[in-house]
Amino acid sequence: MDFANLLIQILNSVQYGLLLFMLAAGLTLIFGIMGVVNLAHGSFYMLGAYLAYSLSGLFGSLTLAILGGAALSVLFGLLLERLLFRHFYQRDHLDQVLLTFGLIYIFEELRSMLWGDDVHGVPIPDFLSASIPLTDNLSYPVYRLFMSGVCIVLAIGLYLLISKTRLGMKIRAGAFNRDMTESLGINIKLIHAIVFAIGVALATVAGMVAAPISSVYPNMGSQVLIMCFVVVVIGGIGSVRGALIAALLVGLVDTFGKVLLPQVSGMLVYVLMAAVLLWKPEGLFKQ
Amino acid sequence: MSSPKANLEALPRSVQFVLALGAVALLAFPFVGTDFYTQMVTRMMILGIFAMSLDLLQGVTGLVSLGHAAYFGLAGYVLAFVTPQGEAVSLWWTLPAAVLASGLAALVIGFFVVRTHGIYFIMVTMAFAQMIFYLFFDNKALGGSDGLYINFKPDATVFDLENKRVFYYFTLACLAGVYAFLRRLLWSPFGRALAGIRVNEHRMRAMGFGTFGYKLTAFTLAGALAGLAGYLWGAQTGFVNPELMGFHMSAHAIMMVILGGMGNFAGAIVGAFTFEYVLHAVKDLPAIGAFNTGKHWQLWMGLFIVGVVVLAPRGLLGLVERFLNRKEGRDE
Repeated sequence: MDFANLLIQILNSVQYGLLLFMLAAGLTLIFGIMGVVNLAHGSFYMLGAYLAYSLSGLFGSLTLAILGGAALSVLFGLLLERLLFRHFYQRDHLDQVLLTFGLIYIFEELRSMLWGDDVHGVPIPDFLSASIPLTDNLSYPVYRLFMSGVCIVLAIGLYLLISKTRLGMKIRAGAFNRDMTESLGINIKLIHAIVFAIGVALATVAGMVAAPISSVYPNMGSQVLIMCFVVVVIGGIGSVRGALIAALLVGLVDTFGKVLLPQVSGMLVYVLMAAVLLWKPEGLFKQ
Repeated sequence: MSSPKANLEALPRSVQFVLALGAVALLAFPFVGTDFYTQMVTRMMILGIFAMSLDLLQGVTGLVSLGHAAYFGLAGYVLAFVTPQGEAVSLWWTLPAAVLASGLAALVIGFFVVRTHGIYFIMVTMAFAQMIFYLFFDNKALGGSDGLYINFKPDATVFDLENKRVFYYFTLACLAGVYAFLRRLLWSPFGRALAGIRVNEHRMRAMGFGTFGYKLTAFTLAGALAGLAGYLWGAQTGFVNPELMGFHMSAHAIMMVILGGMGNFAGAIVGAFTFEYVLHAVKDLPAIGAFNTGKHWQLWMGLFIVGVVVLAPRGLLGLVERFLNRKEGRDE
């Protein structure tokens, strides 16, 4: 493998890893802070991709579509939390698994009613459609760099929000000791609603950003959901930092596995997970 | 994970009576039902075995596996691999081989997963099942995404499984056998230790139980019994595909156990029958005007699942018990 090829694979693996991180961060936050297992997280990713398809057609611009879609997804997250998830924070994990599994069916069918079962494409905006030439016949698309850029900006934003702001402090306090936080006069219900909405918005934005290169198709959420589970398990449930490192690791193993060992590439990520579990049963960064 | 109260281990008289009626109905069914329904009930009984095997983990030991379908599907694939194109194979060695293969897979995967707890266990069982799913899905040599056909039902020499009624009674015998075995197991010292692990694993360890070994044994046994169900499924439908090992199949099994009521195996059977019937019913819904309600079965199924979780967390047997007790007077 020459240098240009290697560079392309590394960029691809980082881009995939960052995309997984956007999804896994929401999943791990929702679990770490509210104690809820959310199987429907992949559905938010799918929702994002379909929103990008519809809104970019409506506004004529993917950037506007992403901004509008992000706002919509926050509203959607708040509504869903208020109506359903709030009542399941104290329930058994088993009930949560089933509730969110039922939601997958519901979202999937609503998607089919609203958008049909066809595969759609989302055009890459003109100003991002160029490619950077690396050698005579190899080049790297700017859009993929843009995707990584969006993910990095959001990851930094999330880090600052959680570790540097007053709201972040309340979120961490709520995760650490819910009752104590509440008795200090902090509105923990509001904090939970905000965290849930952030998680939904991250997954939806990931879906919207990914739509132009992955295209938009039914059931696109379920495969990515399982990858997110792997990331969360490797990173340690509830740890955002762990999710970042695990996501990059999974991206690397998956991308290079497909190039170097194509016969077993589908299994490599799970072998990685098994190895981590043998070494640290609670993930790399258990809090 | 699940609180001890959510389980209904000892079945009250009223529930036993309802179950006995059900057993009689199952015995008589092939003489009144059409071929179509006989096959459907056979399928329900197979799923009943599958659901019971999961109940050993979920209801008895408190381990919620979201990847149980892997062991179910694996045994079906074993049957597909050993059945040649042009002739039937003997039931008497292929059935044990398939069950053994599933048990072995569960033993190896169990070695990793039973170290984990709670939510980790759910995620890790799901991830491993998905690994097996993609192994079969991606490899053309293993059937790929299309799956494999099984042209002949296994040959049992003394009876003919190609006959739908014979197959029905063979499945019923398996169902009854597995039920009797698991009920016996539930009240054995081993079963009591598993129940102890569900209620408080730390205390069990403090009392000197090697909980890792107990959980691994339960996981392996559950995998092997799921394999029995998967073998029957493969033989009955004559077809296996990766969907049998998929995430939806695993979640359906959890749903069946919840729906009937956990921890007593009878609930798992009731749940499997009900779930499969509801699934069949919603797919058959008539069109109302331009709106094809049957085509949107996933919506109804989703609402049904959410409804059960919200309204009947103790399952149908719990409801029956509550209803009958209320009728008899203020027993509770």
